[in-house]
Amino acid sequence: MTARDEVLARIRYALSAPADPVDPPRDYRRTGEHAPGAPQLLQLLTERLTDYKATVHSATPQTLGSVLATALHGTHRVVVPPGLPEEWMPASAVVDDGDLSYADLDTVDAVLTACVAAAADTGTIVLDAAADQGRRAITLIPDRHVCVVRAAQVVQSVPELLTRADPRRPLTFISGPSATSDIELQRVEGVHGPRNLIVVILND
Amino acid sequence: MTGSAQPRRVVALGMPRHATGPLAAPITAPEPFADAAARKLKDTQLRANLGHATRTIRDKRAAVVAEVDDWEALRDRAAAVKDDVIARLPELLARFASAATAAGATVHHAADAQQANDIVLGLVQAEQADRVVKVKSMTTQEIGLNEVLEAAGIAAIETDLAELIVQLAHDKPSHILVPAIHYNRSQIRDLFALRMPGFAADSDDPAQLAGAARRYLREQFLSAQVGVCGANFAVAETGSLVIVESEGNGRMCLTLPRTLIAVVGIEKLVPHMADLGDFLRLLPRSSTGERMNPYTSIFTGVTPGDGPQQLHIVLLDNGRGAVAADPVGKQALRCIRCSACLNVCPVYERVGGHAYGSVYPGPIGAILSPQLTGQQAGHNRSLPYASTLCGACYDVCPVKINIPEILVHLRQTGPKPLAERQLMSALSWVMRDRRRWKAALRAARAGSAPLRLMTRRRGHTLRRAPWPLSAWTAHRDAPLPAQESFRDWWRRTHE
Repeated sequence: MTARDEVLARIRYALSAPADPVDPPRDYRRTGEHAPGAPQLLQLLTERLTDYKATVHSATPQTLGSVLATALHGTHRVVVPPGLPEEWMPASAVVDDGDLSYADLDTVDAVLTACVAAAADTGTIVLDAAADQGRRAITLIPDRHVCVVRAAQVVQSVPELLTRADPRRPLTFISGPSATSDIELQRVEGVHGPRNLIVVILND
Repeated sequence: MTGSAQPRRVVALGMPRHATGPLAAPITAPEPFADAAARKLKDTQLRANLGHATRTIRDKRAAVVAEVDDWEALRDRAAAVKDDVIARLPELLARFASAATAAGATVHHAADAQQANDIVLGLVQAEQADRVVKVKSMTTQEIGLNEVLEAAGIAAIETDLAELIVQLAHDKPSHILVPAIHYNRSQIRDLFALRMPGFAADSDDPAQLAGAARRYLREQFLSAQVGVCGANFAVAETGSLVIVESEGNGRMCLTLPRTLIAVVGIEKLVPHMADLGDFLRLLPRSSTGERMNPYTSIFTGVTPGDGPQQLHIVLLDNGRGAVAADPVGKQALRCIRCSACLNVCPVYERVGGHAYGSVYPGPIGAILSPQLTGQQAGHNRSLPYASTLCGACYDVCPVKINIPEILVHLRQTGPKPLAERQLMSALSWVMRDRRRWKAALRAARAGSAPLRLMTRRRGHTLRRAPWPLSAWTAHRDAPLPAQESFRDWWRRTHE
């Protein structure tokens, strides 16, 4: 008898007494009050991100270049995923083709990516490792993460995010920079993940 | 018949078993709760640290919970989803295992702590690794994995800041979310200065201390071959694991090592990806008092070119099947380890987590530890009494576990001292018969008559009785029997 059979047999035995079947009411909210990209959502997203110590900029396709230059100010090498839109590409870009070692990534100054969706209620952005976001390591090791969120990607709530994310891809939900509450339960920002999170909301 | 030549092995197949043996030590109280609590109450520094920390977190939680207009509906739904999981565990476990396997993970099953530790140790040795980096995980605390790895010469490096503090102090965790809640900032600074190589910080500012941990662990993360984690949720339909964290140490351990080993309690399942929405709204608000924790990772099997290329998932029973068999106690398996019940508990706030003698402290620990091990183990039978039954834990529980109800249930069903059992069976004999009962009341009245005069000014209440009744009067007053029984009164006035 394998451990698997043993575990399953025990649970079957434990559950052999008749119990009332449970039918959870799955009346989840799958849409928000506001349509994706609504100005109210962009405003709320900005407030919530700022509340959790992220920096937020707003841009149009015309101003994006200069906004990104501000966000990347002071950096020498910026790692970018292979599928980043050409027009976002900074001059100092190092394109990650999957070969950069972790030690290399530890020496770059920042990472610039897109995202797959964002939720205004909680100030959460979601990465799914698509070509414009790259493998998970590049958004983890550098100390500054600049993330461009397109207005149409902004939904209201976390449950809505789940409908937009494909669980077969590795997903990372990011709500502000790395933080800890482990000392006296007081929140301080900046531990192992990027200590600076800069979000650029692109009204395109 | 050729088959009959083989001796038939008689095994008690499938009887749910408690977590037992020396490896149940992390969840077994070594002394009665009352003794440990009495000692901890004398530690004024501990009480100051805990009072400050729990007050902070209670206020934060209340503020972010108030922002959610459908909080009560969320709690009801989350409780129902977890009850559904517990009722359908075999089916959902099989579904999870096949989905995870299809996505490239290797799924193992462990009936108890020993089996789980053996599996993990074997995997780490197969990788020829001399150390592992760990995401904070209650499940690996429960099975004492670090001790087993260290006995085999493998360093288990805790990377969560609070776990790191506890590890550097050679101490034990005292809170589910913040295992180092019993330390204040200056104690942590002194500890780092003593035990953290290369520590340099000129103040005990928490931001500086967090920065020191970042520098100390970075090299470990970048060079780790094996990561070990638990899981906050496991999604049956997709085979995905969900890890909720704040510091980024979790992402480091889940992303950078070649091999990742996840030890997952079987009750962590949720049926569908869409079910996560409620839990991700409930957990951070209940736990750290944040709208959303900084990082949540969801991953399914292995992704070529991204993250670990080997994923092992160890599904752990360790007494959970036995809990599922108890119609009242099984609610405890809904627990998502948020620790809100600890932060509101008047008992926990004063005695701290160590008094419970288990890695699961506080109200949830008082119902979980004795159920996982069985009440006979160590002094776990004393844990259901570590409560005033005030019900604050039930009010804040995001999955609506009726903790007071289970505490009372465990008190009723738990083993009792011999004297109490004898007293109760004598009382039951007396009360079964009207004449015996009447005679007993008469005797009690006659026996206590001399005391009535003495206690006249105190409402006929005894403050101090001689042994063995002193066990009662040490904590409460004892009222004397009434001068006249109800029956006598009725007869006198109505007949």
